[in-house]
Amino acid sequence: MQNSFEDIMEKLDNHELWDFPGGVFPAERKTLSNQTPIGKLAIPARLYVTVKQHIGVEGQIIVDVGQKVLKGQALTKSMNPFAVPIHAPTSGEIAAIHKHVSAHPSGFPELTIEISSDQEDRWTKLFPLIDYRHQPKMQVLTTICEAGISGMGGAGFPTHIKSAPKKDIDFLIINGIECEPYITSDDRLMREHAWQIRQGIDILCHLLKPKHVLIGIEHNKPEAIEALQVACRENTNYRVCIIPTKYPAGGEKQLIQVLTNREVPAQGLPVDVGVIMHNVGTCFAIADAIFSGKPLIERVVTVTGEAIKTPGNMWALIGTPVSDLLAHCKYEQTGQNRPNIIMGGPMMGFSVTSDLVPVVKTTNCILAPTDNEIAGNNEQPCIRCSACADVCPASLLPQQLFWHSKAKELDKAQDYNLFDCIECGACAYVCPSEIPLVHYYRIAKSEIRVEQEDKQKSDKARDRFEKREARLIAEQQARDEKHRLAAQARKQAMASNGNTAKDKIAAALARAKAKKQNAIIVNEKPIAPAEAPLANRTVQEVKTDESTTSAKAASSNQRVQAAITRAKAKKTAAEVTITQTEQNNKINAGQIIGNKPEIKHQGNDVKFASKQASDAKMKEQADVNHSLHTADDSPQPQKQVITDSKQLKINAAVAKAKHEAQKNASRQDLPNPAPAANMNSPQINISVELAKTQEQQIDMKKRKITAALAKAKAKKADEKEKTSKVDKSS
Amino acid sequence: MSLTFAILTALLAIGLLALVFGVVLGFASVKFKVESDPLVEQIDQILPQTQCGQCGYPGCKPYAESIANGDEINKCPPGGDITIKKLADLMGVEPKSLDAAHGQEDIKKIAYIREDECIGCTKCIQACPVDAILGAAKQMHTVIVDECTGCDLCVDPCPVDCIDMLPVANGTSSWRWDIDAIPIKQIG
Repeated sequence: MQNSFEDIMEKLDNHELWDFPGGVFPAERKTLSNQTPIGKLAIPARLYVTVKQHIGVEGQIIVDVGQKVLKGQALTKSMNPFAVPIHAPTSGEIAAIHKHVSAHPSGFPELTIEISSDQEDRWTKLFPLIDYRHQPKMQVLTTICEAGISGMGGAGFPTHIKSAPKKDIDFLIINGIECEPYITSDDRLMREHAWQIRQGIDILCHLLKPKHVLIGIEHNKPEAIEALQVACRENTNYRVCIIPTKYPAGGEKQLIQVLTNREVPAQGLPVDVGVIMHNVGTCFAIADAIFSGKPLIERVVTVTGEAIKTPGNMWALIGTPVSDLLAHCKYEQTGQNRPNIIMGGPMMGFSVTSDLVPVVKTTNCILAPTDNEIAGNNEQPCIRCSACADVCPASLLPQQLFWHSKAKELDKAQDYNLFDCIECGACAYVCPSEIPLVHYYRIAKSEIRVEQEDKQKSDKARDRFEKREARLIAEQQARDEKHRLAAQARKQAMASNGNTAKDKIAAALARAKAKKQNAIIVNEKPIAPAEAPLANRTVQEVKTDESTTSAKAASSNQRVQAAITRAKAKKTAAEVTITQTEQNNKINAGQIIGNKPEIKHQGNDVKFASKQASDAKMKEQADVNHSLHTADDSPQPQKQVITDSKQLKINAAVAKAKHEAQKNASRQDLPNPAPAANMNSPQINISVELAKTQEQQIDMKKRKITAALAKAKAKKADEKEKTSKVDKSS
Repeated sequence: MSLTFAILTALLAIGLLALVFGVVLGFASVKFKVESDPLVEQIDQILPQTQCGQCGYPGCKPYAESIANGDEINKCPPGGDITIKKLADLMGVEPKSLDAAHGQEDIKKIAYIREDECIGCTKCIQACPVDAILGAAKQMHTVIVDECTGCDLCVDPCPVDCIDMLPVANGTSSWRWDIDAIPIKQIG
């Protein structure tokens, strides 16, 4: 059960505080930089404003390369509640929008807007909100968001989100601890701008309505404590609390524990225990935004370390490259084997990969230590002394975490609450084996994050895969069902209306067929006299086959038949002419066929032949259908009174044409001896005609094939003739 | 006589107890039944779900089923050694090295369509196992980067070879800390 508000107030009234477990007491080294007032840095020639400077998502860039911008003009627009805009730190021109080395341990290039300053430092028009107490809260929050304010203590959480909690707030805690060695930027800010910090606190109180405000300052900053006590004297609701110096008392969870004895749950937020915490720098920036309309474009940066000749604090524009700050404070590499610049403090900072790394909204310190100040990397095996466990402010077991992180046993590391580690570095500080413990944890954490991301992605992929499979199966089923229904409908339609009209048509067809047969018999008599009785017999057979009466014949069949007959008529006509040409040129053709034809012609031939073959095939099928139907429907011709005269005529024409074609074919085989294939085809024709005595239908088919073959050959011969002509002329 | 009686009583008592407990246990097993995660599901959870088919099965689930039926656990190149280790733990077998017959472990890649070369044939869309390609017939196609598993299956069907497999870019968010630490020393 967490402490009640009254208990806490009672204890605070008695000037008593709680404590957090562990903690270390590193040398403070703050006097290096906190003796001089905050200096002003000259406007750098180039500024590198990283687009994403906080937790969350970046805004959308609203400027173009070459565009002139004024100081304080927004460069991005927030599209998302978690995005805060960035602003031009000075007036100038957008030189480039590209990837530039980032203020991140990896140094990976990130999207950056590069501004070349014109040194005029002209402000854009500002919109202060001085009467904020009479404005709706939403308006105040929007102003804070549009000023680009995110937490300046370290994590960079967008301030407007933190300032609009959904729960009641007992305490607003203002963090002025600054527990890390060397860093004095908050210290100097509190000394010099306590009044404006108080104004920022007023605005936050208006937004959050906390029961009480606690301003925590470590007792090693007496000037800052005094300044804020003076600034907050009029307001009884504000209490400046002097916190014993111990690292890491400035950690959010640790400070809450010291002041209220409430513990923020794992994976929880301070708001879960009724507390909101803001950094003093953030309060200063909020006051700037509300009372003068200035966006967050500069901050105090401590430049310190023994490799710096004139250490101190600087007002640095956001986007200032580290090199400018170092040059201003006279960085000398003496005492350093190799350049070593740390962004942040010695406990939690990171070495920058380039001196062009820009200052971002969370940069509080640039540290250039000599080699004497910082130990070399002499990692030795863990001796299980458990000194790290004694100093861990989160009461974890650092050596267990170390074992499991090093062995990549990520599950076990998580079982030991790896994610409750605040990466303060106290364990590494006391480690007698100089093991960089925090770095092992950071590696393990990032690996776990990557693994979780992969897991999420694979779950999504599985889901999508399964959904796709289900969809494909459903589609297949729908298709099958549709086909089944269509088949059923067809069957039904056939059963219901296949008897009357269709029968009549079928009868007419049968009669026509019978007439055609007679015509064929009459026509073919001179060539194949044996056929006549056979044809008669076929008719008789057909007649006797009465039992196979079917209702299949339909008007479409009739149309198909008509088309076929037309096509046949045309074909035979063409054949006649071709055969004649062939006869005329028979000697020529014979000679040429012996020669090798050109490849091109051959190709054409093949194509043509295949087309013919496919045509023939189609016809065959149609014909088979046709003859089947005829055979099926023939038993009722005598019942039929109406005659389809047109059909009859066509059939007669077809029969005539066929007869002619046969005659031509038989003529052809005698005088055209040269091509072997040509010789064969009429023979086939004849044999087919003989076979006709067996089966009328097959004969029809084969005759057509032969016709197609003959046609193809004629064409080939024709082309060859042309080629030979060309040859001759050449 | 009394001995027989005693034995009978004992048997009866034990039998009765057995019956009562049997009924209670039987009831409990029905009433408080815990649906255990079937083995196939557990294996499927471990597999990387690229659905690439490099294992020889049409997707991760079929391979999971096959592993549950005793197939080798080292046929999954996208999962690599980590997956094999996890599968070995789950199945209680020795981890093996990746079977080279099914491919090598590779860096993570995703498909990228060179959009001006795409002719809109939809063949890659049909090949994609996770519907990560967007497009329509005769319209330019593109890959939804967040959904692409890098399975490589869309590359072969493309008639104009306009699909590249590009390595996933490393950003600050996916960066893994290296051990090049700032050394810390007792200062002062």
